[in-house]
Amino acid sequence: MHEVGIMESAVSAALKQARERGAGRVHRIVIRVGTLSGVDPDALRFAFDIAAGGTPADGATLVIETVPARAWCAGCGLEFEAASGFIFACPRCSRLSGELRRGRELELSQVEMS
Amino acid sequence: MPKDFEQPVEESETFAVKPMDGRAAVVWHTHADGTSHAHAEGTGGGPARAGDQPALQRIDLRVPLLDKNDRLAERNRGFFRKRGIAALNLVSSPGSGKTTLLERTLDDLGPTTRCAVVVGDLETDRDAQRLRRGHAPVAQITTGTACHLDAEMVARGVEALDLDGVRILFIENVGNLVCPASFDLGESIRVVLLSTTEGEDKPLKYPPIFKSADVVVLTKIDVAEVLGFDRAAAAGNIRAIAPQAQLIELSARTGEGMAAWYEFLRSLAGTAPR
Repeated sequence: MHEVGIMESAVSAALKQARERGAGRVHRIVIRVGTLSGVDPDALRFAFDIAAGGTPADGATLVIETVPARAWCAGCGLEFEAASGFIFACPRCSRLSGELRRGRELELSQVEMS
Repeated sequence: MPKDFEQPVEESETFAVKPMDGRAAVVWHTHADGTSHAHAEGTGGGPARAGDQPALQRIDLRVPLLDKNDRLAERNRGFFRKRGIAALNLVSSPGSGKTTLLERTLDDLGPTTRCAVVVGDLETDRDAQRLRRGHAPVAQITTGTACHLDAEMVARGVEALDLDGVRILFIENVGNLVCPASFDLGESIRVVLLSTTEGEDKPLKYPPIFKSADVVVLTKIDVAEVLGFDRAAAAGNIRAIAPQAQLIELSARTGEGMAAWYEFLRSLAGTAPR
């Protein structure tokens, strides 16, 4: 639900990189989004057009890389993909895990500019 | 902008082409810690491209994306930490007993551990009136149509309070089991309440908010039996979604289970840095 604010933050971080490197135009932005980050990729795409409009990133390509959630089992130490919603049950020992190792990522990971 | 800039580029970590104005082409290289630096063309190992286009630079980085609320929440967190205040964000459906739990808590714990309250509702200051005690400052926030508190509202609410000596700040969120999950207020502890009148399956039906809980308080256990509420099933559902959360079962009306709640709060007040 804060996708607009998040994309504004992404565009502004990309433009800052461009300014610092003397680039006048941003062509491509890659962001990494964990499956449990709580943001909706479609809403991010929609918000990107709004956030980039009228800036040197207007018309840039947005690439969203999905990071699958991975949980860690305190019982047997197994790290496993937490693909089934919000209940993380260890596939080896069935113990429930509350420790997410990956999947909450929400970061700008690459910018192409000139 | 030359059209060939639209063409796909190689999947390399760094990338550079010769700039039009004769500046030296640079190859930027960014490390996992987010720092980056340039190598002169030919020394950095990145492929360079011939031609007269301005330098196309590809920068790898790791910049966390926060929206405005996240930034303000971090500011609140720093403020609370500096003052040694444990801030609790209480979230639940409307009518699950947040205000009743706080009334009793302020009466029992308030005289020995200084507490303050920020309470949010769409309209009226009825909760602030209910919570007003000589020993605990209370600020009411009316959100109008907003279905949750945000970090800025909390900062404004806290400004209105005399926080001198306060060890525990209770932030009673707007009754809503969905939206408050997405809004960090800068709290140190998130408390999610579930009442026996709501049914055992709420954690399964509204997982994000329970997933984010540090503590789950099951309220109104005094009427569980008459409602046919299965406490063991509810506890199982809470454990499945939030194995990390401490579960406290209580009745603010009869006082049953309140000792565990107070023990938890005293441990927070004792460990909060001064």
